[in-house]
Amino acid sequence: MPHTSLVHLSHVDYVVLIVYFAFVLGIGWALRRFMKTSTDFFLSGRAIPAWITGLAFISANLGAQEVIGMGASGAKYGIMTSHFYWVGAIPAMVFIGIFMMPFYYGSKARSVPEYLKLRFDEKTRAFNAISFAIMTLFSSGISMYALAMLLQLLLHWDFNLSIFISAIIVLIYIFLGGLTSAIYNEVIQFFLIVLGFLPLVIIGLHKIGGWTGLQAQLRVVAINNHFAPGAFSNSWKYMGSASQNPMGVDWFGMVMGLGFVLSFGYWCTDFLVVQRAMAANSMSAARRTPLIAAFPKMFFPFLVILPGMIAIALTSKAGSGFSLPPQGNSYNYNMVVPLMLVKFFPAGMLGLGLTALMASFMSGMAGNVTAFNTVWTYDIYQSYIVRGKNDTHYLWVGRITTVVGIALSIGAAYFTRSFNNIMDMLQLVFAFVNAPLFATFLLGMFWKRTTGHGAFIGLISGTLAAAVHHGLTQPIGETGAIKGGWLGVVLHHYPSDMAQNFYTAIVAWTVCFVVTIVISLLTTQRKTNEELTGLVYSLTPKVKDEPGLPWYEKPVVLGVIVLVVAVILNIIFW
Amino acid sequence: MQLDIRLPMGLLFVLEGLIILLFGITHSNPAMYVKSDNININLWWGLVITIFGLFLLLMAWNKMRYEKMK
Repeated sequence: MPHTSLVHLSHVDYVVLIVYFAFVLGIGWALRRFMKTSTDFFLSGRAIPAWITGLAFISANLGAQEVIGMGASGAKYGIMTSHFYWVGAIPAMVFIGIFMMPFYYGSKARSVPEYLKLRFDEKTRAFNAISFAIMTLFSSGISMYALAMLLQLLLHWDFNLSIFISAIIVLIYIFLGGLTSAIYNEVIQFFLIVLGFLPLVIIGLHKIGGWTGLQAQLRVVAINNHFAPGAFSNSWKYMGSASQNPMGVDWFGMVMGLGFVLSFGYWCTDFLVVQRAMAANSMSAARRTPLIAAFPKMFFPFLVILPGMIAIALTSKAGSGFSLPPQGNSYNYNMVVPLMLVKFFPAGMLGLGLTALMASFMSGMAGNVTAFNTVWTYDIYQSYIVRGKNDTHYLWVGRITTVVGIALSIGAAYFTRSFNNIMDMLQLVFAFVNAPLFATFLLGMFWKRTTGHGAFIGLISGTLAAAVHHGLTQPIGETGAIKGGWLGVVLHHYPSDMAQNFYTAIVAWTVCFVVTIVISLLTTQRKTNEELTGLVYSLTPKVKDEPGLPWYEKPVVLGVIVLVVAVILNIIFW
Repeated sequence: MQLDIRLPMGLLFVLEGLIILLFGITHSNPAMYVKSDNININLWWGLVITIFGLFLLLMAWNKMRYEKMK
């Protein structure tokens, strides 16, 4: 990397940036007088229309990982990256909207761990609440760290100052306006990211000669990497065996591992996103939330993956004037989006692009902080530490938790900077904890016989199974404990670390599923049918849409439309 | 919700759009736009953002009028 900053900002860029931050803080200020109860603060008083919660649903997840990571994957693997959307996120979002939301929203649980408490028992809730709380703090810290590193690299801004400023802005607007403030800002961030990155794609496509020009150049990239010419521009064609495609994954690992286990696990059980739907103003609005989110989500590959494909195509094209920075015998793929911003945007638009980038990091942070303060206050503080106080007490605990949560995130950001390997390891551990979760929810919601002991032991076994599988396998050509094989014997080599991840998830899910069933059958159900009403499918009256709902607001109709469009997209880019 | 989000959001985008649009009009030296493939992206995209902001304001205004009528 060069030692001078990559770009110089003009006055107009600073003006664009400052105007945005002024609005962000202004919205927090304007919302502060609506925060009267803890429900207002943590769940926006369950009063937000579906289109807003829907956009917040995807925006809360549209953090650094998505914008930077998907751009990087687009350059590394080509259009196959779209499986994260068209096989992964979309079916999962339809499933939670149609089948799971009635239980989350209808049970009046205030958080995902609280649902687990109502459905199972204290220990299952505690396990989920504590692992989730730690995870959100670290995710928020990673967002902050990544933003500060990027600003240091691009603009030579001081690392400490960037951390401090981003933390203080997020702190102020959540402290004042709670979840509503986070959700409102997420909606703005959504539009900002679309408006800031779309011109990048337009200019990029213009440079490479449109879609046909891009395809032609991606053939060159594929051949250079010893794959069939279409390997970077066909999403399914080369998935028959792992060795034929750049991702090194076969179709079964993709569909089961990424599509079923990981995506359903994330989109259907992660409180960070579920919280947005819980804030909706009616049952049908809560169910519509992920479905409305699915529409823009389906087209996100064109916004976040396409830049990566354009970047690698331009890099391989002599005389294009654009090249990704080399790293080892490959490229530093994480620089795709930041580098394109700097190379394609003149002063003016550059300010907007950078604002969008910063907004995406901060929305990732804010999403984690709001989820953390809710889980901490309701599921840990109110449940185990100080019970039975009045609502004002918990509202203030929520506010103070926001401050503490952000302070801990800052700690996590510096921790990440000092111990890079420890961070990778923590993320690995979180992946182990998350992989089996969907099996627990699936059984809990659809099989009334599932018991608390079954769920708890199933979860622990699934997590251990993930760890053991990881410890006994390794991607080809990789060494080091973080890549697996740390149990001493390597029983199987996977073609890529992505394949290893997907199969780790499949193993964890299967073990959790089987163990939960076996233990449930061996233990007695302590919950009565009355207690389980509203929590389990067979004991809950079928949800009916509110009378007079037009067809385009009916969850099932929306779900079918979403799935049909997703199938069409898969076929077009086959 | 007593605060229609389209109001602040519309204002923000109108303001940002106009800043970029005006900057594009006053700084139209072609050399500056070689990097954006010879498109004055400030002018055009500034216009798009402004129109989007106005559209949001229009929707918010429409809603307010409708609620007053009730």
